[in-house]
Amino acid sequence: MKRHAGLYLSLIILLAIAAGVFVYPKYFGAQNRPWALGLDLVGGAHLVYQVDLSKVPTANQSSVIAGLRDVIEKRVNLYGASEPQVYTAQSGNDTQLIVELAGIKNLSDAIQQIGTTPLLDFREVQNDGSSTQFIYTNLTGEYITGAQLTFDQTTNAPQVSVTFNSDGAQIFQKITAANVGKPLAIFLDNQLIEAPTVEEAIPDGKAVISGGNMTVDAARTLVERFNAGALPAPITLVNQQTISPTLGNDSLKKVIIAGIIGTILVILFMLSYYGLLGVFAALALIIYTALTLGIFKLIPITMSLAGIAGFILTIGMAVDANILIFERIKEEHKKGLPYSSAVQEGFRRAWPSIRDSNTSTIITAVILYYFTSSFVQGFALTLLIGVIVSLFSAITTTRLFLYVFLKEKRVSVVKS
Amino acid sequence: MLNIVGHKKIWFILSGTLIVLAVVIMLFFGFKQSAEFKGGTLWEFTAAADHPSLSDMQNIFANNLGISGAEVSLDPSSQTFIIRFDSIDEATHQKIENAIKTQLPSFSELSFESVGPSVGASLRQKSIIALILVILGISLYIAYAFRKASRPVSSWKYGFVTLFTLFHDVVIPAGVLALLGHLQGIEIDSNAVVALLVVMGFSVHDTIVVFDRIRENLLLDRGRKPFDTVVNESVNQTMARSINTSLTLILVLLALYFAGPANLHLFVVILLVGVTTGIYSSIFIASPILTLTVPKENK
Repeated sequence: MKRHAGLYLSLIILLAIAAGVFVYPKYFGAQNRPWALGLDLVGGAHLVYQVDLSKVPTANQSSVIAGLRDVIEKRVNLYGASEPQVYTAQSGNDTQLIVELAGIKNLSDAIQQIGTTPLLDFREVQNDGSSTQFIYTNLTGEYITGAQLTFDQTTNAPQVSVTFNSDGAQIFQKITAANVGKPLAIFLDNQLIEAPTVEEAIPDGKAVISGGNMTVDAARTLVERFNAGALPAPITLVNQQTISPTLGNDSLKKVIIAGIIGTILVILFMLSYYGLLGVFAALALIIYTALTLGIFKLIPITMSLAGIAGFILTIGMAVDANILIFERIKEEHKKGLPYSSAVQEGFRRAWPSIRDSNTSTIITAVILYYFTSSFVQGFALTLLIGVIVSLFSAITTTRLFLYVFLKEKRVSVVKS
Repeated sequence: MLNIVGHKKIWFILSGTLIVLAVVIMLFFGFKQSAEFKGGTLWEFTAAADHPSLSDMQNIFANNLGISGAEVSLDPSSQTFIIRFDSIDEATHQKIENAIKTQLPSFSELSFESVGPSVGASLRQKSIIALILVILGISLYIAYAFRKASRPVSSWKYGFVTLFTLFHDVVIPAGVLALLGHLQGIEIDSNAVVALLVVMGFSVHDTIVVFDRIRENLLLDRGRKPFDTVVNESVNQTMARSINTSLTLILVLLALYFAGPANLHLFVVILLVGVTTGIYSSIFIASPILTLTVPKENK
């Protein structure tokens, strides 16, 4: 590395400049993969719903959960959130549905609508040539005992088989008898999801929906939606966090300013205590900041307030490796080693401490990531990535600076 | 050269007192748990143009809204009301909000958090597990990293001393938290737990620096000098870098406290207490304890 030090250093500097342009939230950087900011910075709601699966047979549970998630996502999309997130989470024996809504205007309305149990119902179709009307029947999801994905015996085509309870079977027979040859519309949350044609009157409450070009995925989605609307898995809001956009925006501005001030303080300290060596550390720190932010934006990581705080902490730690190395170089030089050897020895002997310190932080970050909520995971992730990049920066960037700029003749370079 | 190891009794008494104090505070006062841990509602809003006073707001909550046991506080600098009461659903949230708006039209909600009680219990459990895992994980790693350490200290002893130092570095900030909870009503939320975990991850850095030097000096010395002397020399040699590495972190934390957003304040304070304790423990506690693990004959 020593021979082509100048070349490698120039490459890293160019990369850092490119990263800097990419990260800056204006011009090029703002148009290409703009910064993804978390709920606590743009404002929004983080809702956790507990799903009550006690009345759902175990075999249907995963299907019901998937169906619920699907239904909720459709509802959320109606409210125009910029990037709504709906996902499921297991917490011990409990299943939870987590909804994240950013930038919604009518938040309270959305929260109330999302939590209701899905409504599935069947309607007769009346097509009089120019318009289609749907007529309510009293056949709703509560009469369905379950839906399953099956395959036709002969053609292997995917099918959805639905079973009704005894009351439902009676109603279903009346409806199918009255609509042979016509479509029967199935609505979920007042939205049409399917309208299969009735082939014959069905007396036993067991129906099979098939045909058309229904793919396996389409059939599976239909099964999930049936189960969501049919099987009672009520959801209750157990955790709600809303943050207004004003508070979020204010927090964002303040934390960025704090980060800049912190970086300047660290740079001033390094300059005053280590002199010229401090200059190299400062430059390496700036390069580190640009590269790490670039990685965050490239992945992309959604930056929450905690995430930014985590990154700022790594700035405070990134110079530690430099401090250990510089102190070691001073020691070796005092013992009589010439500079080039002192630098080599410095890096070599400081490395175990650097490696072990950063590993302990990595252990903490990994445990944090697996054990806590989504807000904290953002912090753990920025901490982890920051530490890894700072390891690279310490052993590569600073060393390159020293190889390139530290010559034998300058005797008074290192303050002793 | 400061004789740190020689005066170890002083440091042990100091640390011992602090730990006992911290444990007593935690047992007696407990932690003031936030809504996240015990369930409940935390509501922050302003109503600047109508200039309601603290007692006005307390009145509204007690009499007009029918919410019993609501804790109402006012942050004078930002004119933000901070209200705590039992968890409610969204419909009730809207009802109360509208009731307040009729009296104070300039009502503006900053944040609203409502947590059911069961969520809190699982969070508590997760936090404790995470704390234990971090302490064990780091100590085991140190025992592994120092596996080629020479006499008279085996690698397990390094790991064990690290474990004790980590415990010391987390108990004292936790005690401070409990004390703040009792005196100023400051609540412990999941951010506070994260801060404690991060304290452990950071405070071990300077301990590692000292241990590294001890290991290196033991190798070079080959048993000529007494063990206590080698340890003492190592601590003195690495003092500057121990302090400096924590100092850069403290600078960043101070910037975050004075210029950063208010809701990070508790997080930063815990880290500041923890990092300071960490410097103290790595210089004055970790190495002297290491000397205790070696029986007198071998020194």
